[in-house]
Amino acid sequence: MATTITKTETVIGKRIRRKEDPRLITGTATYVEDIQMPGMHYAVVVRSPHAAAKIKSIDTSAAAAIPGVALILTGKDIQKVAALPCGASLPGLRVPDHKVLAQDRVYYVGHAVAVVVATDRYVAKDAAEAVEVEYDVQQAVADPEKALAPGAPAVHPQWPDNTAFTFHQEGGDIEKAFTEADIIVKERIVSQRLVPSPMETRGVVALWHAAEKSLTLYTSTQVPHMVRSLIAQMLGLDENRVRVVAPEVGGAFGCKLNLYAEEALMSFVAMKLGKPIKWIETRRENFLTTIHGRGHVDYYELSAKKDGTITGIKVKIIQDLGAYHQLLTPAIPTLSVLMLPGLYRAKTMCADIVGVFTNCVPTDAYRGAGRPEATHGIERMVDILAAELKMDPAEIRLKNFIRNDEFPFPTATGLIYDTGDYAAPLRKALEIVDYPKLRQQQTEARAQGKFMGIGISTYGEICAFGPSPATPAGGWESATVKIEPSGTVTVMTGVSPHGQGEETTFSQITADELGVPMDDILVQHGDTSIVQYGIGTFGSRATAVGGPALYFAIQELKTKIKKFGAMLLESEEVSYTGGKCVCNKTGNSVSLKEIAGAAYRAMKLPPNTEPGLVATYFWEPPNFTFPFGAHVMVTEIDPETGAIAIKRYVAIDDCGNILNPLIVDGQVHGGVAQGLGQALWEQAVYDDNGQLVTGEFMDYTMPRAHMMPWIESGHTITPTPVNPLGVKGVGEAGTIGASPAAVNSVVDALSTLGVRHIDMPMTPEKIWKLINARKA
Amino acid sequence: MTQPITLTVNGIAHTHSVEPRLLLIHFLREVLGLTGSHVGCETSLCGACTVELNGKAVKSCSMFAVQCDGAKVLTIEGLAEDGKLHRVQEAFWNEHGAQCGFCTPGMIMASKQILDRNPNPTETEIRHGIEGNLCRCTGYQHIVKAVQAAAAARA
Repeated sequence: MATTITKTETVIGKRIRRKEDPRLITGTATYVEDIQMPGMHYAVVVRSPHAAAKIKSIDTSAAAAIPGVALILTGKDIQKVAALPCGASLPGLRVPDHKVLAQDRVYYVGHAVAVVVATDRYVAKDAAEAVEVEYDVQQAVADPEKALAPGAPAVHPQWPDNTAFTFHQEGGDIEKAFTEADIIVKERIVSQRLVPSPMETRGVVALWHAAEKSLTLYTSTQVPHMVRSLIAQMLGLDENRVRVVAPEVGGAFGCKLNLYAEEALMSFVAMKLGKPIKWIETRRENFLTTIHGRGHVDYYELSAKKDGTITGIKVKIIQDLGAYHQLLTPAIPTLSVLMLPGLYRAKTMCADIVGVFTNCVPTDAYRGAGRPEATHGIERMVDILAAELKMDPAEIRLKNFIRNDEFPFPTATGLIYDTGDYAAPLRKALEIVDYPKLRQQQTEARAQGKFMGIGISTYGEICAFGPSPATPAGGWESATVKIEPSGTVTVMTGVSPHGQGEETTFSQITADELGVPMDDILVQHGDTSIVQYGIGTFGSRATAVGGPALYFAIQELKTKIKKFGAMLLESEEVSYTGGKCVCNKTGNSVSLKEIAGAAYRAMKLPPNTEPGLVATYFWEPPNFTFPFGAHVMVTEIDPETGAIAIKRYVAIDDCGNILNPLIVDGQVHGGVAQGLGQALWEQAVYDDNGQLVTGEFMDYTMPRAHMMPWIESGHTITPTPVNPLGVKGVGEAGTIGASPAAVNSVVDALSTLGVRHIDMPMTPEKIWKLINARKA
Repeated sequence: MTQPITLTVNGIAHTHSVEPRLLLIHFLREVLGLTGSHVGCETSLCGACTVELNGKAVKSCSMFAVQCDGAKVLTIEGLAEDGKLHRVQEAFWNEHGAQCGFCTPGMIMASKQILDRNPNPTETEIRHGIEGNLCRCTGYQHIVKAVQAAAAARA
């Protein structure tokens, strides 16, 4: 036995390159489409070209006659499959019956009408095109405000007002705030529909094991366990006989936090045909049938005193739900309401939501999910207020921030903000851009007739979803840690990473806590037959909820390790450090490897101790976490073309303690790209007939490399007391902060023309028209 | 109706009879089992399927396999030599150029092409060089850094 203690170098907080990457950079990772099986059949879905129509007839005879076609199912054939569930419950919520194939009507372009299965993917496509569907086309409505107007076509004939629900929440005396206000500012602010667009579309491989009555479903999802529970319910299978695997998942951003028709439909097809079934969504289908994000029309009112103190916030949210509820569709705008107070002290608010059916694909969670919409609104309103009062936008924010000594801070919306130092990231961002000098430069630029803008946004987030009572399903997370007999360590986490790098960060946590090398640790996830029940990856929760679950599992395991260590060292007082158990008196030690060997060999056991070294922990978070930050964007606008040049982009985020700065930077950059995408380029456009005009990457302008600015990212660090790691979550921060910074910057640039608000996306055409209309 | 074709992929000659409508990406992925190149859009707009055809980067979702009869193809699987990563792969790893990894093989092939044509590209040249490849995760900044690092690694 060694007698010296070797201190292992700690790895938390270091810029460590990812353990995931070797398979990704060599093309050897396995995404759903990469799975091949003997006897594999391919499925193609026949979809409606109309947004609203009655199905008069479906003729599958020509398709069925094509050699290689194995099965064709239409709406009448799937009666044994239960409707897709809506996981959100709101009082009086109207829930349309959401079958996996359309019954007598179609409700949006892309609505699944039939599925065609063949031995070859090309043949399946041929056959899908040979299916003849006769439609009786009805009038559609695609715009949520038009859908609310009297006489609008009814999306669902049984609900002529197109209203799925209304929701009201208020805090404080809103009437008093507005009656006694020195100033009230109002604005209509749109957060347009966006297409989440992960680079990997959705996809499914389903395999039925008839003798065992068990199903294996490979699916590109963020929530494999949730999919397992729901698929079992929909198909009437035993949950323990359904295995769901999220293999390598090529991005999701919320759109794979769901249960989709094809997941159940392809499982049903596999059961019927007894063959492995592969269905891979085309990009066109992804635009048409995977959920969209945002889709708000918001009417804001802010009341304030002359000195800029905000006294009340009112909003009416018109939420475009689309034709159906996907898993969380109606819940998303309620998150906007929770986020409404932003970082500000005002404890008076009033919010109303109208959830509206339209003949469009459903909206649901997309990076930020309700919080970007609210942050965009409140940060725009604060700028509008500042402009009215001729105050500096930084000054008005500093005046209204919740103060450091007010935490934990109960908000008007019923949350308790954990901790914060809201001025710190703003001050840091302003210092980086040298704000006073920048304003000076702006004055000079304006004197030369140039349009230069400085946009500030300060944002808060609700992350680490979340305490179970506040979530539709459980909000806890799970981890199992196994020390194998050889001393290597296997971690099984209930989160389901798809780009966030938890194989690396969870290895870092484990390496430091157990004092073992990173390479000795394997992190497993995403397979319900390997991993204990878990919730998944969304809502900036994986590290902030899954991380603490892992931490506590390790603490339990350490207790057991120490019992074996004490036995081997024949000592009562031992401590565990640097991968060894050390006798406090003699300094003698045993390595984790020796302890693991003894725990599994079990020649002798400590009192009241079982053999083996495995611990599982389900951690229930006591609260959400509330990260925050500040972005500054400097722009110059070319009045000849309306083009917006981004001169500087500074993003300062406070996500608490940082486990791996390399990964955190990547999350911020990607988030900012999606926020700028919304602000400047992206919009899902439906025409009045419900046709998606932006149905491809040709028409839907996702940011490309040459469009993005260099992002100067930085941090302040205010650890959260909510969990022992002090981490708060960073997945959505960039997106939430970026869109208001961008619009505030462009509005600031054009404020000399009297512009006070611009809706997104701020395309060159829109800006050019605005400038020319004002000049004329 | 099928047609015999021979392609040399990652240094190995393959002869197969294929339908004239078979796309190059499906030939690589499904006939040869090289699944590293991905289909992201089927319309040449995203670049996830980028491979080298006779030394030039092409989008393999928009070519027929029969168009490539007799050609030499290099895919992501053929980039590392004798187990040693190509410097672009190594740089993507070091600089965190991949998140979900789906665009990564195409992005690496496009990045290699940039450096083959221009050993010391500016940031702007890099950004324009990869503008045919979409990435939804990274905001491109770490990819740009990776290409810069790979360029520096040769110098």
